[in-house]
Amino acid sequence: MARTQAKPTTDGALLQIRNLRIEATVYPPGEAPRDITIVDDVSLKLEKGKVLGLIGESGAGKSTIGLSAMGYGRGGVRITGGEVIINGRDILKGGLRGLRRLRGREVCYVAQSAAAAFNPAHKLMDQVVEAALLHGTASRAEAEKRAVNLFRKLSLPNPETIGERYPHQVSGGQLQRVMTAMALCPEPDLIVFDEPTTALDVTTQIDVLAAIKDAIQDTGVAALYITHDLAVVAQVSDEIMVLRNGKLVEWGDTQQIITEPRREYTNQLVSVHQIAHQEKEAVGEPLLKVENVTAAYGGGMVDVLKNVSVEIRPGQTLAVVGESGSGKSTLARAITGLLPPRQGSITFDDRELPARLASRTRDDLRELQMIYQMADVAMNPRQTVGTIIGRPLEFYFGMRGAERDKRVGELLEEIEMGTGFLDRYPAELSGGQKQRVCIARALAAKPKLIICDEVTSALDPLVANGILKLLLNLQEIEHVAYLFITHDLATVKSIADSIAVMYRGEVVRYGPKSQVLAPPFDDYTDLLLSSVPEMEVGWLEKAIAGRKMQSAGN
Amino acid sequence: MGSSIATLIAQRIALGVVLLLAVSVLIFVGTQILPGDVAQSILGNQATPEALANLRKELGLNDPAVVRYFAWLGGVLTGDLGTALTTRQDIATTLMPRLWNTLFLAFWAAVVSVPLAIILGLLAVRYRNGPIDKAISGFALASTSLPEFFVGYLLIFFVAVKLQWFPSISTVYDGMPLLDKLRAIVLPTTVLVLVVLAHMMRMTRAAILNVMQSAYIETAELKGLSAFDIIRKHAFPNAIAPIVNVVMLNLAFLVVGVVVVEVIFVYPGLGQYLVDHVAKRDVPVVQAVGLIFAAVYISLNIIADITAILANPRLRHPK
Repeated sequence: MARTQAKPTTDGALLQIRNLRIEATVYPPGEAPRDITIVDDVSLKLEKGKVLGLIGESGAGKSTIGLSAMGYGRGGVRITGGEVIINGRDILKGGLRGLRRLRGREVCYVAQSAAAAFNPAHKLMDQVVEAALLHGTASRAEAEKRAVNLFRKLSLPNPETIGERYPHQVSGGQLQRVMTAMALCPEPDLIVFDEPTTALDVTTQIDVLAAIKDAIQDTGVAALYITHDLAVVAQVSDEIMVLRNGKLVEWGDTQQIITEPRREYTNQLVSVHQIAHQEKEAVGEPLLKVENVTAAYGGGMVDVLKNVSVEIRPGQTLAVVGESGSGKSTLARAITGLLPPRQGSITFDDRELPARLASRTRDDLRELQMIYQMADVAMNPRQTVGTIIGRPLEFYFGMRGAERDKRVGELLEEIEMGTGFLDRYPAELSGGQKQRVCIARALAAKPKLIICDEVTSALDPLVANGILKLLLNLQEIEHVAYLFITHDLATVKSIADSIAVMYRGEVVRYGPKSQVLAPPFDDYTDLLLSSVPEMEVGWLEKAIAGRKMQSAGN
Repeated sequence: MGSSIATLIAQRIALGVVLLLAVSVLIFVGTQILPGDVAQSILGNQATPEALANLRKELGLNDPAVVRYFAWLGGVLTGDLGTALTTRQDIATTLMPRLWNTLFLAFWAAVVSVPLAIILGLLAVRYRNGPIDKAISGFALASTSLPEFFVGYLLIFFVAVKLQWFPSISTVYDGMPLLDKLRAIVLPTTVLVLVVLAHMMRMTRAAILNVMQSAYIETAELKGLSAFDIIRKHAFPNAIAPIVNVVMLNLAFLVVGVVVVEVIFVYPGLGQYLVDHVAKRDVPVVQAVGLIFAAVYISLNIIADITAILANPRLRHPK
């Protein structure tokens, strides 16, 4: 906590953070509260008009550092040491009043989920100009004019009138751009972008990314760009700072970080995590046959699945890819019986499954298991890992006592966690461990097919990679088939034997992996493939120039 | 602004009418089940059988219940609430001025309590968990925990008798100047305000605190807004629906639940009228007052529903 008493010197830098230390108090279940250090001795410097990318896995402290540039600690987080100097003054010494003058005027913020960050009760325009009016940097008419120009610059549709809309009337990708306009409207010196494209579809992300990059270049604003995706940050940053567990790992210019990283950890992040997965030949009778399935929500008003037919062979993986709203998860709901299809049939293991979940036998249920995206809400927080994994053993096989415990132990070994976790609660596990427990719970039922719904989307890349490897290993051992729903094409390449590409409820491309991923492509598959960011400076411009069709979010 | 919102509101109102009809059946059936014979209670124990039979015929008591119900309902719909058995007076003409008196009292209690509750709620959120919050909550809880008759007599003793600031008996009559009327109802209004304040204040506080967890509150904070502006401009508009619900429930209580207060302060309102006639088993009066209370309750709740619909931007501005 030794604060240097020297007068802040800035050397022409806009933002300078020195020896930043951030702490928080945690309340672990059943233990006394204790203080933990979230950010430890981090220093950085950013010049006017430059973009610094902050990158790291969850828990690296990147958002916390970003928010410290506004003197803000989220959820009881405290800045306990160091200096944050903006425009030549230490903002941590100006008190709350000083911070309020800084926020929304010199430094603005773009959040990860614009959908949640806009107030549903007010029109977009009122929210976009609010900060400029509050700080008196523009009259209402000026601010609105500025906002409309920004809407146009960010290529939003109907820039003159979009401000009259309410947040729920605008799509997620558009909202993210409106939020960028909101941050730019008071003409700040610095913008903190906190994972602004992470929640978007890959095809929408590229548009928003290009819009943000143009806006930064045109306005000359400096930016801290926070993300866990190195390929994304490489497109917009001048420099990149790699963080891990609240400590600095490496800091250099973008080209150096992605082409010649000096630290082992950076190298791990940079290297492409492709799992070499040999496609299996489609032999034998299909385990699951989905034939001409059409399904609709709310009494058949709009079909969200249109005439979908796919097959899965025993012990193989079918990947279903598409943007949000393409019907991937609806297909899973139709197969599991949660949404009885309007037309078509689902054949599983040579018998036709009843459409409705309630009419299925216990064996139908057992042989078809599911794993979800949000592992932490898919488990009862008041049950231990042992109880969670033991439950399907009791329910389907009537196992009790020592027999059950032995099997739970075996399953824990299979997911590479070990019996030490038997008495732990979900809250005590990391994101990857939680997902592993969910996998063990699905395996406990000895299923023939597991539906994996975006199981790695919420995880950090390295952790996700571990989960994919585990799933492939388990497939070898247990000979289980997967229906793998994802929007991430890198994941698809690593795990699939066959691929179905979905677009607006229809399967637009379907076949073995090698065939689906080989040219010639249809327009939509081409868009999907070309939208996946690559770890290469200048990729964004090339990709935008080479596109054949507009993304659906536009 | 679509027709969908008009449909939703029309549905609520239609539902309210149906509910009111159902309540009218309940009130009618309920008063029929009550033991005792109306003719007997009018004429007393000494009445001759012939006189009783004549009166029953005159009152239509020999008709089947269904016929009597519809006759009553038809009367109510045309503004005829029947005749009081005990006083032989037309119920509608005696009841109207009293209804106005009750509404007058309720109106002023609402004018004071609703803004006060909301402002106190906002203050409690602004200074949450601090001494101001605790003081507001403590005062509000204490005032609700004390029964209204206790608070009423306490006020009469100190304010009316000892200090002699306001009259202890709240007499109002037609043609009384407004200021005098207001002076007369200061004490009962104070009691009513104290009774309903806490509930509304606590709900305002809870509803706004719930909204304060949202990401858009953080957005507002990072724009540099002051704490009170954040609560007023960003939290409150999203907490309106639950707050209005509780406010309406309490307004209904101000009309329907004032019986005790009216009796304490001898205020010529509906509550006192009801109490008098329940004691005398005057069934038509009890029916009429019951129906009015039900109508007040149901309409205030419909207003709460409609406000909640109108406060939701997703319904006001469909895609």
